[in-house]
Amino acid sequence: MHIDLSVKHVSKRFESFTAVDDVCFEVEKGKFFSILGPSGCGKTTLLRMIAGFEEPSEGNIFIGAQNMADIPPNRRPVNLIFQHLALFPMMNVAENIGFGLARRNESKAEIKKKVADILERVNLPGFDSKKIHQLSGGQKQRVAIARSLVLDPTVLLLDEPLGALDLKLREQMKIELKKLQEEVGTTFVYITHDQSEALVMSDHVAVMNEGRFEQIDRPQNLYSKPASPFVARFVGNNNRLPGTCVGYADGIAELKLTSGETIAAGTERQITPGAQAELFIRPESIIIEPAEELPELNRIQVMVSSILFDGANSQLLATSPALAEEFLISLPQNRQYEHICAGDRVEIGWDFRAGNCFTVP
Amino acid sequence: MKTLAEAKSKLPLFIFLTPILLWLILLIVLPHLDLLRMSFRIENDYGDMVWSVNNYLEFFREPIYWLTFTRTALYAIIVTFLTLCISLPVAFYITKVAPPKFKGFLSLLLLMPFWVSELVRIYGWMILLRESGVVNHFLLRWGVLRQPVEMLYNDVAMTMGLVYTSMLFMVVPLLSVLDSLDDSLIEAAFDLGSSMITIVWKIIIPHAMPGIASGSIVVFMLSLGNYLTPNLMGGKNSLWFTEQIYNQFIASFNWNQGSAFGFLLLIISSLIIFVGLKLTKQKLSGVIQ
Repeated sequence: MHIDLSVKHVSKRFESFTAVDDVCFEVEKGKFFSILGPSGCGKTTLLRMIAGFEEPSEGNIFIGAQNMADIPPNRRPVNLIFQHLALFPMMNVAENIGFGLARRNESKAEIKKKVADILERVNLPGFDSKKIHQLSGGQKQRVAIARSLVLDPTVLLLDEPLGALDLKLREQMKIELKKLQEEVGTTFVYITHDQSEALVMSDHVAVMNEGRFEQIDRPQNLYSKPASPFVARFVGNNNRLPGTCVGYADGIAELKLTSGETIAAGTERQITPGAQAELFIRPESIIIEPAEELPELNRIQVMVSSILFDGANSQLLATSPALAEEFLISLPQNRQYEHICAGDRVEIGWDFRAGNCFTVP
Repeated sequence: MKTLAEAKSKLPLFIFLTPILLWLILLIVLPHLDLLRMSFRIENDYGDMVWSVNNYLEFFREPIYWLTFTRTALYAIIVTFLTLCISLPVAFYITKVAPPKFKGFLSLLLLMPFWVSELVRIYGWMILLRESGVVNHFLLRWGVLRQPVEMLYNDVAMTMGLVYTSMLFMVVPLLSVLDSLDDSLIEAAFDLGSSMITIVWKIIIPHAMPGIASGSIVVFMLSLGNYLTPNLMGGKNSLWFTEQIYNQFIASFNWNQGSAFGFLLLIISSLIIFVGLKLTKQKLSGVIQ
């Protein structure tokens, strides 16, 4: 196992504000690693430290086996794709892509050949002489990626490059980017605030909040086994149900809700009775009108406050005195639940082990 | 009805345009037309005024005239270039390096010398540089010099004076054009392996080209047409072309020759700017914006 990027206890402080706080992680060669976090969580600062535009206040960054301290960005074997791409408007596509190669004093013929190859690779053959302003959003994206990939960096850093695209194009580019990464085998470090981008493309995702990593895991685990309440809320939709723990046995905590009802809450960790706890339950884990005979189900009577129709992602909003917040419930569009209207009272239920329960610090 | 409404809507426009039109026509267009007419008139042997191109031919016949002009144009080009070399780092510092809260203050500092007239500024320089001036005083006191040196009345002093006088007109267009340069372009170039010098040549200067061109045109024209600075700081042998024009009008009282020189200055300097624009592949319309 070859480690391409290793970040060891890196912190960054700006006067009194700590942007990045003791972050450690390693990225294996050829992997797609994402850093997912809300805006202002410090992910861009972290990326800029890897690229060399900021100096860490503490800690070290290794690329390959080389310590990057005091190495300026123009001599690091990493390339950054900027949020707004930063293509040079005064040059055409070929000059943009050849820019880095020319800085390495490669011969004109060599540059021409490499530019043609990489344009082929990103599906833009024959675009050499186009001006940047003649390109569409998706094409600019690909030119920016080509401009960095042509230098064959050890690690390619991407700073929310899909943010400026419209939804359809973003979905398409997500898949393209993933395919491209698999083809070229370059290590990608991708930062985003869009959880779907991170989940779809990455081999591993780190969830970042207030300068710290909350969890580094495979996308599936991040979704099904969040390590903290923040991850549970940030990755995917989740319903929160606060209460007091009144008993714990074998991965299931007894949670007494503020309304007085008691429910069973699945959990990954030991919860001591008497502690304040929160149960997080996914909208798709909730069964609408569950059959009487189903065992091990928490059942609650709710009132449907509205139906949010969104094709396959349609959801119900439900309220109940037992629930502290409005619940989001997936509404499968298989015509089974067409009779449900806003204002109806229905029973919902979920498996004892379907949710994730955390103690509240 | 419609035409009446149209006429009505245009009336305020004409009212506001009248002062500027009067200004342009009475003070600029008419005098120039008269000068143009005068430049083609000479006195013949009988003392009568006749039409002729002799005034223009005189410029090419007498080496002192066209040599003075060449010298003036060359120095104006040097001044423009020096002003650019000084202004580009200054403008870059103000727009990209200085903390945002100081930007306004720094621009104000640049502007401040222009609150006093050019004459006062030049006299300021003269007080500093002349033989009994401030600079000489301190150099003597510190023992750098034994004898005071006359620093005025040479080409270096004149060039410096002209650069100082025209710096603002270069910095202001550069400030606006560098302000529109996205920082991430510089970072991207750096990330792709460029050195600082390549970034300046490949990214900053191409981006700033319209600003450089418009600043250069203004500085070149101002230097070429400057009378005060070459005369006061360059002394009597500064041989600036505007002095030749002045001499024709005031000393020789040959208004016809003077107006011919005036028009030659206008035509040849426009030509130099045209060539400059062609060389840098800029369009006048893009530069003026």
